[in-house]
Amino acid sequence: MSWFSKTFSSSIGRKLLVAVTGLFLCSFLVVHLVGNLQLFKGDGGASFNIYSHFMATNPIIRTMEIVLVLGFVFHIYEALVLTRRNKSVRTVAYAYNRPQDNSNWSSRNMGLLGTVILVFLIIHLYNFFWRARFGEPNMIDIEGTGYDDLYSVVVQSFHIWWYVLIYVLGQIALGYHLYHGFSSSFHTLGLNHKKYTPAIQKFGAFFSFVVPAGFAAMPLYFFIKDVILS
Amino acid sequence: MAGNNPNSKPMNLTLKVWRQKNSQATGKLETYNIKNISPEMSFLEMMDVLNEDLLLQGIDPVAFDHDCREGICGMCSLYINGRAHGPERGTTTCQLHMRKFSDGDTITIEPWRAGPFPILKDLCTDRSALDRIQQAGGYISVNTGGVPDANEIPIPKSIADKAFDAATCIQCGACVAACKNGSAMLFTSAKVSQLALLPQGKVERKTRVENMVAQMDKEGFGACTNIGSCAAECPVGISLENIAMLNREYINASFTSENV
Repeated sequence: MSWFSKTFSSSIGRKLLVAVTGLFLCSFLVVHLVGNLQLFKGDGGASFNIYSHFMATNPIIRTMEIVLVLGFVFHIYEALVLTRRNKSVRTVAYAYNRPQDNSNWSSRNMGLLGTVILVFLIIHLYNFFWRARFGEPNMIDIEGTGYDDLYSVVVQSFHIWWYVLIYVLGQIALGYHLYHGFSSSFHTLGLNHKKYTPAIQKFGAFFSFVVPAGFAAMPLYFFIKDVILS
Repeated sequence: MAGNNPNSKPMNLTLKVWRQKNSQATGKLETYNIKNISPEMSFLEMMDVLNEDLLLQGIDPVAFDHDCREGICGMCSLYINGRAHGPERGTTTCQLHMRKFSDGDTITIEPWRAGPFPILKDLCTDRSALDRIQQAGGYISVNTGGVPDANEIPIPKSIADKAFDAATCIQCGACVAACKNGSAMLFTSAKVSQLALLPQGKVERKTRVENMVAQMDKEGFGACTNIGSCAAECPVGISLENIAMLNREYINASFTSENV
């Protein structure tokens, strides 16, 4: 076995891949959140539709889309391999176990949280990405140019209560996943020092709240504004 | 059997103990009632009393690992009421006292559970997998000859302290037992850190970490997910920071060692 495959098939090497792809996916979350904040502009969706047109056609974005898919694939695959390995270590479970006395719930349930996020992601992709790319939404005229009216697709989806619920639950799972995952990634990369580790942990806690809260605010905003208050 | 303290009342307890004939047999929890236990006793002394009772009844005594009974050898184990070395933090089972329990309590006692630690009998496990990780690189090579002068090689106090903290690992295996993943990374990281921090250990640091991690994986231990239960249950307080250092050492060695 070459040194390269030996490294990345070892337990630490695989952890490293999960950590690196996890942090890359965190950077995607930031871009996705900032872009989608256009939904709140109150201009009838003009800037959101221009933005989503740019995301669907720009060659750099399209290339990064492939990298992003690879990021998800590696993150999930490596985590699955590690989880299978870890599950096989203790074949006889403790009759009486109190892990809550020594660790956080979220840190022990990353696989469960990740699965919830994956299910959410599939629903989310089917509803928006699939329809934006392969469906035929209504065209809308913005300053003389025709755009796909994705804004209406989004807003109408967020008028359905169970759809809003799926989104909020997905974001809660994401929050807990990030709460452990963000700072844990730095630990796996070996980046641990009394000078900056406390800052990473604080930022991780902040990040794990702000990002999912920002995403959850979108369905909640349209549901409260258009359904509850009207 | 109450001790010298007049306030300590003897306790009656219900024990659920894992009984298993040998590594091949399937075991199960057996319930035993035990009376007149002094709160001053250590947990292992309570186990001795149980075994005396069992012998008198003609029952095979419970096998459990123990040696120094001073908290320094790392031989005692036991998963007590869902926790490695019992409910008290920072102690080995031999240093856990019955005063931490109350009269009438039910105490569940299980062996360390991990594939690489096969159960030999009852509560005794074979932890030689940790020895093999140690043998894979947890040493330094030195020349024989004249005794070097003390403090000949200057080592900063903070580094010496860190290395010493890592060196306090008694190899009991509580980290593996407490870990959801059955990972031995806290153990391995303590050994790797201890030697990588010191000048004498730096010579072999890259080969050491590569070999020790390879052995750790080969023994079938799980992969760390930074949960932290190992460090929380460690009787000598080995810090989770050592695992970050292990990762750092391993990544560095993987990309820069001469071992292709």
